[in-house]
Amino acid sequence: MTFHHEHFRQPFLRSPFIERIEALSSTENWTGWNTYKVPRVVDKLTSEYFAVRSGCAVMDLTPMEKYRISGNDAAAYLDRLVTRDISTLKPGRVTYIVWCNDDGKVIDDGTLFQLANNDYRLCAQHHQLDWLLMSASGFDVQIRTETSDVAALAVQGPTSYSVLTAAGIAGLDGLKPFGIANLRCDGIAVTVSRTGFTGDLGYEVWVEPQHALTIWDAIFGVQGQYDVVAMGLDALEMVRIEAGFIMPGFDFNTADATVRNGHDRSPYEIGLGWVVNLDKGHFTGRKALLAEKARPIQRRLTKIVVDGNKPVGEAFIYAGKNGKQIGEVRCTIWSPVLKANLALADIEYVNGKLSPKLWARFDYQRELKWHTAWAECHSQTKPFYTPDHRSATPPGRF
Amino acid sequence: MTKAYDAIVIGAGHNGLTNAAFLAKAGLDVLVVEKNNYVGGATVSRELHEGWKYSNCSYVCSLFRPEIYQALDLGRHGLKVIPLTASMTFKQDGDYFGSYYDSNVRRHELMRHSMRDADAAIRFDADVMRWCKLIRNFLLRTPPDPGSFRPRDAFEFAYLLKKFYELSESQIYEFMRFFTMSIAEYLENYFENEAILAHYSGGSIIGTGLGVYSPGTAYVLLHHAMGDVDGNIGSWGFSRGGMGAVSGALASSFKEYGGEIRTDAEVTQIRVSGKKTTGVVLASGEEISAKVVVSNLDAKRTFTKVMDPDDLPPELLQRAKNFKIRGSSGKLNIALDGMPTFPSLPKDSPLTLGHMHFTDTLKRLEKAYDDWKDDRWSADPYCDVLIPSQYDPSLAPPGKHMMTVFVQYCPVEPEGGWTDEKRDQFGQTVIDQIADYSPDFKDLLLHAEIRTPRELENEVGLTEGNIFQGELTFDQLMFNRPFPGYAQYRGPVKGMYMCGSSTHPGGGVMGAPGANAAREILRDLKRPDTTPVEFNDD
Repeated sequence: MTFHHEHFRQPFLRSPFIERIEALSSTENWTGWNTYKVPRVVDKLTSEYFAVRSGCAVMDLTPMEKYRISGNDAAAYLDRLVTRDISTLKPGRVTYIVWCNDDGKVIDDGTLFQLANNDYRLCAQHHQLDWLLMSASGFDVQIRTETSDVAALAVQGPTSYSVLTAAGIAGLDGLKPFGIANLRCDGIAVTVSRTGFTGDLGYEVWVEPQHALTIWDAIFGVQGQYDVVAMGLDALEMVRIEAGFIMPGFDFNTADATVRNGHDRSPYEIGLGWVVNLDKGHFTGRKALLAEKARPIQRRLTKIVVDGNKPVGEAFIYAGKNGKQIGEVRCTIWSPVLKANLALADIEYVNGKLSPKLWARFDYQRELKWHTAWAECHSQTKPFYTPDHRSATPPGRF
Repeated sequence: MTKAYDAIVIGAGHNGLTNAAFLAKAGLDVLVVEKNNYVGGATVSRELHEGWKYSNCSYVCSLFRPEIYQALDLGRHGLKVIPLTASMTFKQDGDYFGSYYDSNVRRHELMRHSMRDADAAIRFDADVMRWCKLIRNFLLRTPPDPGSFRPRDAFEFAYLLKKFYELSESQIYEFMRFFTMSIAEYLENYFENEAILAHYSGGSIIGTGLGVYSPGTAYVLLHHAMGDVDGNIGSWGFSRGGMGAVSGALASSFKEYGGEIRTDAEVTQIRVSGKKTTGVVLASGEEISAKVVVSNLDAKRTFTKVMDPDDLPPELLQRAKNFKIRGSSGKLNIALDGMPTFPSLPKDSPLTLGHMHFTDTLKRLEKAYDDWKDDRWSADPYCDVLIPSQYDPSLAPPGKHMMTVFVQYCPVEPEGGWTDEKRDQFGQTVIDQIADYSPDFKDLLLHAEIRTPRELENEVGLTEGNIFQGELTFDQLMFNRPFPGYAQYRGPVKGMYMCGSSTHPGGGVMGAPGANAAREILRDLKRPDTTPVEFNDD
């Protein structure tokens, strides 16, 4: 990516899709994601949320950091970098990964796309080039940032398969979750992966930036047959919590940006023990994670349902009503599809165990007046919302 | 016989005035004596060219403790610190590296120079912030004497250790390395781009007799980053009206508490009788009595110039003579007929609003240092240039500008000694460097005040013109500042104290040494403590 000298006039980068999103925006509610201009809400939050859960929502993924990792040692390098065993990953498949520093604290999470033998795309939440290059010494790998070289759209929701098919992308029937297919749309080469951050049926469409608008127009061209809604970050926040996905930098501090000792988190502590494979051989952070595994559990990022319907917002978690303060809510939403207050909370364990009684204390406002509420919380390990149509292959029509 | 005071503070620099204000606030009858006919010391604004006000010495503000600002009500006394919103380094190839206020723009500029460095900056910022937060805990505290078993020292030492052990094991190793590393080596742990390395290392040589590859310079980076403007750690600001506004507000606050200032009153001796301070003798021969005498002068000057060697332990005198206080900086203050243009920068670039530098490689920085070691001013100096009149209408007539140029390095004594002619040649070297990047600069130049260590020593009184009143190296920091055993602001005789930047936490317009010394004095006098407790910086 090249920057001109007058970039100070325009603090946000413009994705190749931005003019279409600007045309749809009624709220002008913009924010930055990885320094790109992105909408919080394009038009109506509720419509964008229900598009994911009932129809089809489209979101610009271009700002997501993307790194291309290739070379003779690419597989070995990545296996050393991440906590998960990726030796079983095959070309055309995607896997969810985290990577740690030497202290076993999570630097970031992401998805790893194996595009071909020893050719990978790593999608990350935060800026990783420094760490990826630092980790590469001794490996025959080439690593480069390709964030702006690839335009990407998330197409998510029960009708996403139908929408993409109607938009002219044939061949999605057999694509399983976490699969990648190289297809065509309007004569343009597109890569489609069955991946997403919504917990619903969904795809991510990857295309060269010069074809971005053609693909956008093809997808939105099915309007009339199917409702297609451009969505912003606020709706994504709702659906990703329902799906139990975590957001580095928001639900936990990423290790490289953490100032205070003890404020970073290991994969276990954020509930990602299932992506740690201590038996696969050496990887960065393994020694520290082995030691942590041998100790009683200190804390976990825990999925909780908070009783009642009052907006939880910022809350402390207690071991029982008026009990000892043991945690804090990191993110929370009211789930329209589940009719429940959902939250992820960073909770300290006592003697290696989660307190059987969990209560949240939070403040909420009614016509400017503040009130304090206590509500019981119920922890769970499964995602809050996992509809069956999410993983059906071939996917249903809607 | 003039009246006797409870306390006399020698020197109306910002620390002397801070100290005096807290003593006066506690109800003491305090006199500040100042050799010049103006107050401020090195925190001063003077009109040397009609219509222009210069910040003659110190020129930006960040380290000044907000606790002191609040406790002495300096806002009501007219102080305003306006944050700077940029810094930059011009490159020789016509490009430049800028650090912008907006985080997106800052990142894009880093990416323009190095994709990797843009990502490494996150790790760098977090690491520097960690050391800043640690060191900030100790600014408004008296350093413990590690050899003492008195309860207060034990408590303070335990506090220090507690803060230290809040770091993780690997962070402790890193912190120890940090104190002894050179800035070049430290930054090379993060960055690869030459201009970025040069840009970030500049702050580490300002005021020091050290180069970018000299051990100990990494800490000086911290010393320049640990301040804040309204909680934004590391940011710097202009005080409206120049740095004289800081000393002006302090003097006004001090007077409101009943304090008295006498200018044109140089102290030639601190009188001692029976191992106690009894007052001071002025150059005029006048004697003024006080049981407490506080020196805002640097430690070397205090003990080798205004105290009688007979009143001092020989070891202290020896330490004072050998105190590392090497002048290495010069200063140009310039009246401009208009805003100079910098053709490398696009129109409307916000980068002229902050620090501007012209040294784009570590090699050039080191070469500038080499000249100083050979008693020459740098042929290609490191300059920190600001044009505060862009923000501050009180410094120059409308449409005209004031430029402040800090210059590193300038020798204490060039071969054959300083002459006015050599001083002007030094100034010309700096002017030529700026003109290399701004073709209309020389045409706009109306007046320049050129200051070498000679002027800084003769006018301000800083030994060798060292701006920090002593090098900021580990052997002269914390409980070693200025000397082991004398870091708690007390001198060798009863009633004699030190409150200048020679004492902890060191140089810069911080006010902390003055406040810390006041706390110790009030403690000895069993008076209520009027000095502020540090804001909790968790």
